[in-house]
Amino acid sequence: MSLITVENLSVRYGGHMALAHVDMTIEPGEIVTVVGPNGSGKTSLLRAIIGAVEPAAGRVTRKPGLRLGYVPQKLHIDPTLPITVERFLRLPGGISRTDCARALEQAGVPDLSGQQMSGLSGGQFQRVLLAHALIHRPDILLLDEATQGLDQPGSAAFYRRIEQVRRETGCAVLMISHELHVVMSASDRVICLNGHVCCEGTPEIVSSAPEYRALFGTGTGGALALYRHEHDHGHDHGHSHDHAHPHDHKTEAAE
Amino acid sequence: MLDDFMTRATLAGIGVAFAAAPLGSFVVWRRMAYFGDATAHAAILGVALALALELSIFAGAMAVALAMALTVSALSGRGYAMDTLLGVLAHSALAFGLVAVSFLSGIRIDLMAYLFGDILAVSRGDLGVIWSGAALVVGLIGWRWSRLLTSTLSPDMAHAAGINPRHEQLILTLALAITVAVAIKVVGVLLIAAMLIVPAAAARPLARTPEAMALIAAGIGAASALVGLRAAYVLDTPAGPSIVCVAATAFALTGLYSVARKAR
Repeated sequence: MSLITVENLSVRYGGHMALAHVDMTIEPGEIVTVVGPNGSGKTSLLRAIIGAVEPAAGRVTRKPGLRLGYVPQKLHIDPTLPITVERFLRLPGGISRTDCARALEQAGVPDLSGQQMSGLSGGQFQRVLLAHALIHRPDILLLDEATQGLDQPGSAAFYRRIEQVRRETGCAVLMISHELHVVMSASDRVICLNGHVCCEGTPEIVSSAPEYRALFGTGTGGALALYRHEHDHGHDHGHSHDHAHPHDHKTEAAE
Repeated sequence: MLDDFMTRATLAGIGVAFAAAPLGSFVVWRRMAYFGDATAHAAILGVALALALELSIFAGAMAVALAMALTVSALSGRGYAMDTLLGVLAHSALAFGLVAVSFLSGIRIDLMAYLFGDILAVSRGDLGVIWSGAALVVGLIGWRWSRLLTSTLSPDMAHAAGINPRHEQLILTLALAITVAVAIKVVGVLLIAAMLIVPAAAARPLARTPEAMALIAAGIGAASALVGLRAAYVLDTPAGPSIVCVAATAFALTGLYSVARKAR
């Protein structure tokens, strides 16, 4: 059985339809990335999956007993709230010190447990959020633009860590990102969203789909070029798609 | 022992400080200070209604405070900014309450006693109500502590952990209404928010965890009640405001300590 099954999901905020008729499934162990422009319903989709927003239509079915690990886009901790990393990790409860240490180790920040959350750097903070999501040994990790505010090496390292966690624990990963080049290289499957599912499939298929080109075409040429430059050697599909060429030119221009 | 009015007053003050500490910490963390104010101000209308209908003041104040808090929760996010909404509701509730009290002919009401508290007139019965209410609030918040804390940090993270943040918000709202009702006699409706916020804010620089902050706030609140009552007795000043003055002094001192520590 799929970990999560989304059927005909529609989400409405006020009078605005954020998502319409979305169908998707997440299988055990796969890394799925949702891409899409601002306002395309990416966060709405994730919030519907964690149960933070009621669907206007359709439904989200979780495998019974499914354990979710959620990493929010940004977490603001009010400066009036003193809290150490360890105390934060132990919320909402039932967590031992050993579990804390293991999760921090997995997230790649083993020495932080006694520090105040407010004293962490942006990168450390996101790692601690990741540790919090990992602590209950989740079947699936859900990440909402978890690298926002990190620089390029920082977010690349973060996504490498996610891949490593998946290898070690076998958990599935559903993430939202607009860092297309990172996403493309790390994902098993990409879903391109714009109020509805535009296209979906392996990174290669999606990046050459006309719907995807229409959304991200020239604006993100640089990022795509970077992706092609780093990871596309040996793949022989550029020739069958005329649209690919402008991006290839960009690659040359960048060099 | 309870025959002495000073002893009863001290115990009443400590009871309110204990209830206010954990609740006040959440009020500070969630930036609900004005929400506390609005709820407390509405209680004066509850007092007027209770007197008119010959109900217990505690029940009247609590019912109206709860109604107010639920109204604010329901109206938030519907077109007006929260501070505007609270400003309208807090002051209208106070104004309606004061007008309602003026209609109560027959009985002479000492309005000041409800606005600023009358801690020296606390009876054995009042003390029972205050300590039961305080125990209820502490029990309620203690029971939901981790869930409340998770919801405060991130509503979405709470959802992912199977916690409904709206339920937790209701728990806080209920605790707030109870606290307001028990604190009227001690500090009065105008200074209840101070009892919630000032000790918690004073505790902040001394705490490394949320639990420590609530415990230190309880200590500061109780000490403020003790010292404030003593000062009121010696200097012949109003008791409720004296307690708040001591808490405010504690806030200034811990603030200075925090600045000095950072400078080192």
